[in-house]
Amino acid sequence: MSFLLAEGMTGGYGAADILHGCTLKVEKGQIAVIVGPNGAGKSTAMKAVFGMLKLRAGHVILDGEDITALTPQARVAKGMGFVPQVNNVFPTMSVEENLEMGAFLRRDDFRDTMEQVYDLFPILKQKRRQNAGELSGGQRQQVAVGRALMTRPKLLMLDEPTAGVSPIVMDELFDRIIEVARTGISILMVEQNARQALEIADMGYVLVQGANRYTDTGAALMADPEVRRTFLGG
Amino acid sequence: MSLRQPDAAAGGRLRAPLLFAAMAALVAIEAATGGWNTALGIVNMGLISAVLALGVNMQWGYAGLFNTGIVGFLALGGLAPVLIAMPPTPGAFAGGGPGIALAALVALASVIAAIAVNRRLRGRPRAIAIIAILVAGFFAYRALFDRAVAVIQAINPSAQGNLGGLGLPVLLAWPVGALFAAGAAWIIGKTALGLRSDYLAIATLGIGEIIVAVLRNEEWLSRGVMNVNGIPRPWPVPYEVQLQADPAFVSRMAGLGVDPVTGSTIMVKLLYTGLFLVVLLALIWAAQMALKSPWGRMMRAIRDNEIAAAAMGKDVTRRHLQIFVIGSAVCGLAGAMMITLDGQMTPGSYNPLRYTFLIWVMVIVGGSGNNWGSVLGGMLIWYLWIKAEAWGPVLMSFLTAGMAEGALKSHLLDSAAHMRLFTMGLILLLVLRFAPRGLLPEK
Amino acid sequence: MDILNALVALLNFVVIPATAYGAQLALGALGVTLIYGILRFSNFAHGDTMAFGTAMTILVTWALQAAGITLGPLPTALLALPFAIALTAGLVLATDRVVYDYYRRVRAAPVILVMVSVGVMFVMNGLTRFVIGVDEINFADGARFVISARGFREATGLAEPLTLRSSQLITLITAALVVWALFWFLGRTRTGKSMRAFSDNEDLALLSGINPNRVVAVTWIIAAALATTAGTLYGLDKSFKAFNYFQLLLPIFAAAVVGGLGSPVGAIAGGFVIAFSEVGVTYAWKKVAGYLIPAWQPEGLLQLLSTEYKFAVSFAILIIVLLFKPTGLFKGKAV
Ligand SMILES: Nc1ncnc2c1ncn2[C@@H]1O[C@H](COP(=O)(O)OP(=O)(O)OP(=O)(O)O)[C@@H](O)[C@H]1O
Ligand SMILES: [Mg+2]
Repeated sequence: MSFLLAEGMTGGYGAADILHGCTLKVEKGQIAVIVGPNGAGKSTAMKAVFGMLKLRAGHVILDGEDITALTPQARVAKGMGFVPQVNNVFPTMSVEENLEMGAFLRRDDFRDTMEQVYDLFPILKQKRRQNAGELSGGQRQQVAVGRALMTRPKLLMLDEPTAGVSPIVMDELFDRIIEVARTGISILMVEQNARQALEIADMGYVLVQGANRYTDTGAALMADPEVRRTFLGG
Repeated sequence: MSLRQPDAAAGGRLRAPLLFAAMAALVAIEAATGGWNTALGIVNMGLISAVLALGVNMQWGYAGLFNTGIVGFLALGGLAPVLIAMPPTPGAFAGGGPGIALAALVALASVIAAIAVNRRLRGRPRAIAIIAILVAGFFAYRALFDRAVAVIQAINPSAQGNLGGLGLPVLLAWPVGALFAAGAAWIIGKTALGLRSDYLAIATLGIGEIIVAVLRNEEWLSRGVMNVNGIPRPWPVPYEVQLQADPAFVSRMAGLGVDPVTGSTIMVKLLYTGLFLVVLLALIWAAQMALKSPWGRMMRAIRDNEIAAAAMGKDVTRRHLQIFVIGSAVCGLAGAMMITLDGQMTPGSYNPLRYTFLIWVMVIVGGSGNNWGSVLGGMLIWYLWIKAEAWGPVLMSFLTAGMAEGALKSHLLDSAAHMRLFTMGLILLLVLRFAPRGLLPEK
Repeated sequence: MDILNALVALLNFVVIPATAYGAQLALGALGVTLIYGILRFSNFAHGDTMAFGTAMTILVTWALQAAGITLGPLPTALLALPFAIALTAGLVLATDRVVYDYYRRVRAAPVILVMVSVGVMFVMNGLTRFVIGVDEINFADGARFVISARGFREATGLAEPLTLRSSQLITLITAALVVWALFWFLGRTRTGKSMRAFSDNEDLALLSGINPNRVVAVTWIIAAALATTAGTLYGLDKSFKAFNYFQLLLPIFAAAVVGGLGSPVGAIAGGFVIAFSEVGVTYAWKKVAGYLIPAWQPEGLLQLLSTEYKFAVSFAILIIVLLFKPTGLFKGKAV
């Protein structure tokens, strides 16, 4: 059984459904990528997996346990970490305090986790006394990812971690994400840069209007001429 | 505002007439037990409260604006009868008038200059220039103003010592009072609208206190704590002594079996009632027409979804400013009516708890966004406010009847009088929580 | 020219009173700004919370005095303060549970919360009047002066007297301690940091597992402590009268807005800006001017505004800030 199994998710913000039976799976230590046009419901699907949206149908199973009814906070405690697409740092708190807040639920000593994050993103160590709101876009994304890693999650969910960063920084971030996955953490990620993301993805999901259009391994999707033509720009 | 209430339509079409009938019954009971004189007194002040509530409802119900300075607009409107209808103080306008006018002009000119500088310059020079202009303007203003005030106050200080009025009919002061309030509202609205909704609440709280402070302290204007007495009556309302001296009136009262003195006071109150009713109905008619017009539909569209309306190219801040000024003007009108009814201006009596926050209770209880609701709320809450004064001690002595005599019992009896505010706050909270759309919900 | 006497007069009539008043305003504004930052509305009941808290202090003070317990040269009220804070915190927590909690759950618009706080203000006002009445109460005991006019004149030989009332000194010391403790709490403790996180980005705070109910409760407790302390210090310095506390709402709001709503540092700066402007504008400068330029004999008192208009000063500053820099001096949260 998959580490994360979100099956047949249906629901939305108000009367109208945004998601229509959307299904996502992530295996242990693998990277799953969701791509799709703007407004397809990618962020909505992430929120649904994280319990920030009321589902009318479907369920979410993490490591064999049904967590559909749990609050986001409880899911954090179960080993999920989420980096939202926007507003994903505490702007008037220092980088270090952002990381501390990530570890809020931990009562043990989390200094070594912080060191690991600093090893992963050395620039953050340099800037750890600076307020997160004063960092560049790429640095802020690193803080956001670092914050989510502080709980030592077993599943890390990233909503467009490379939004608004330069190609160089993007490659760098992808490398870091692969590194994280190598440590055994499963990753579910939404990406606008579909080609690069599918290249590193074990599984890929193409979401259109709140439903799965294509589901396959990253390599297979990259190879599919139909997917290439409509979603990867040729 | 998105105030939800599941049983919004409860009572249906008959709800309003029934509730107004109940209100009339309360007045009738009051008349039967306490006499028509007190009953009509409550009705008249209730009508003025209704006008006030109507003005506040325009701001809140139509646009979601929270005005916490109603007392200021009310007081400013109340200044109009003094300035319009009081007999002129001989020499005051000639002696101090030009000086005060000049001082006002200087003040205005320096503000305009500061605004112009604010538009033209940038950075540090701008700040320095603005401060310099405002400071210089302030000193010039004070120099002119102090001299003029000294002249005015020197005139017969025990009886007058103020600017006096123009000696015109007092009815003319009503629209003028509305205009005064509208002017103050424009200044506040220009500043605080378009920012977060809290800021309007804070700014209006301030202007309310300041207007009242000005009236209390500027003796040349309102005689401050010395009060202005003997403001002339409006057109159809005679003085009681005139009626009592009128043989026709006396014989008519005798025919009805009524003592002419009582009859005359009731007659005067009834005439006021009629006058206020005319104003109130005209306002409601105008307000209802406005609500049905495209303008009113747009106002409500903005209120229900500000972001969507702004996205559709509506100038939300401008519309808010319009409604804020209009609503405040209605409050000013109510202020002028109140001073006319009282026949005197007592600046010390403008208490924000009574004239701002009590009005809010009226609007919310009546039903935000519903004009008839505001009228009902105004009448009902005013009635309760007056009656609670009498009921409080009775209730308290009933509750403490079983207690042993002592400090606690006498303390409880003494503090019964303060329980009115407590009760009003409780009513406000309960209505906001459990029936946020009020007695007469907006359709 | 007599610089020494001018300086003493300035200290005596402007600097010392304005500093004490500024510290009182700053404590009040801190409470307002914290509530704004975390609960996201302007709490109109804050003035009456101060009044209620002070009433509690007075009652406990009386009880202590009746039991023969005093603090010697210090006012007994300082001993009563912790009890009063506990009582006031209990009241605001109960209010939050009964009143505000519902509006948070339905995610009501901020202006509805402001209005609800007006209702709470009424109720608290009634409650305060009920427990302690409407009369002016003087509850300061202990030593009146640290420096008395007579003593200062005799010691220095200057013509101008200088007085430092003990209530003023106590205000300054207490305010400094409270502010230090607050900033230590917000900057160093886990709970304090979680409050700042919640104020910064509520959704992300929830995602990090921060318990919103705890944050809200702690915020109310701190606000109650700040309000009670500010109210007690103000009452010791002047006197207690419930209505005056309602009127303090305007300068307190002005201080919070001037500093930037939601910014604690701003609230403190704002408190002093408002206090110094208020005192400076309503002070009659004739005496100081007379020492500095003896040849000049001005006609008037050289007072810019009469003291009745001190609220107009807060208001004018408020308007200027709203016009030119609505986020305040220290970049508050929202415009
Ligand atoms: N908070 C919200 N309330 C109501 N509707 C929303 C909300 N957030 C998103 N939607 C709607 O849900 C739909 C899907 O939005 P979503 O943010 O999930 O898209 P997305 O695939 O993440 O797009 P993008 O690539 O631009 O981030 C859109 O039509 C959007 O308007
Ligand atoms: Mg998205």
